[in-house]
Amino acid sequence: MTPFQLSAAPIDPASLRATLEDPTAGALVTFEGWVRNHHQGRAVERLGYSAYEPLALKEGARILAEALERFPLAQAQAVHRIGDLAIGDCAVWVGVASSHRQEAFAACSWIIDAIKGRVPVWKEEFYADGSVAWVDPTAEPSPAADRRSE
Amino acid sequence: MKQLEVLYFGSLRAQRGTGHEAIHTTAESPRALYLELSRQHGFSLPVERILFAVDDDYTEVDAPLPERGTLAIMPPLAGG
Repeated sequence: MTPFQLSAAPIDPASLRATLEDPTAGALVTFEGWVRNHHQGRAVERLGYSAYEPLALKEGARILAEALERFPLAQAQAVHRIGDLAIGDCAVWVGVASSHRQEAFAACSWIIDAIKGRVPVWKEEFYADGSVAWVDPTAEPSPAADRRSE
Repeated sequence: MKQLEVLYFGSLRAQRGTGHEAIHTTAESPRALYLELSRQHGFSLPVERILFAVDDDYTEVDAPLPERGTLAIMPPLAGG
């Protein structure tokens, strides 16, 4: 199975977990990023993810290859959703299996940070008040959002 | 003149009203081309926050542009 995938279909954590089974592994750490119903104090109803697919697939594969070099892992997999998502849907899934738990925790955390920083994916949020916005993590949070303190 | 297929994503795609267009340009770098396109289309993001890729690989803002190929222009990433 391809180690990094973009999926237009719902993510199935149970089947992904099964791909990491490895007799040398004593630890499995997974991360699921879920769609939450609020962002910077605003009520979110749903969102849409889009990707620059050729580069996203290459960069995701590079991240997992780098993780296998940086950490003593038995297995590593990650999937990012694209398309329309509802509250509670799994937007991103990362799983690593390793001999011991410390490197599994560290690698899983490193991978999700690298995915957020390097894989070309964009998120459009649809709010309860009918407005729509492209999420920009590099933008300064608005004073109003600060006051509401997520 | 360089002949490039420009790809737009996220908010830039929405602002431009299309995901791709063929352009002819004398711009030497992604920075120069983005500034040229910003003047034409009113893109609101400063070039410092834009990412670029040539033929599906990231490139630097001041790297030379190829004579032919695709240039992806990307707003800040928001995956995860």
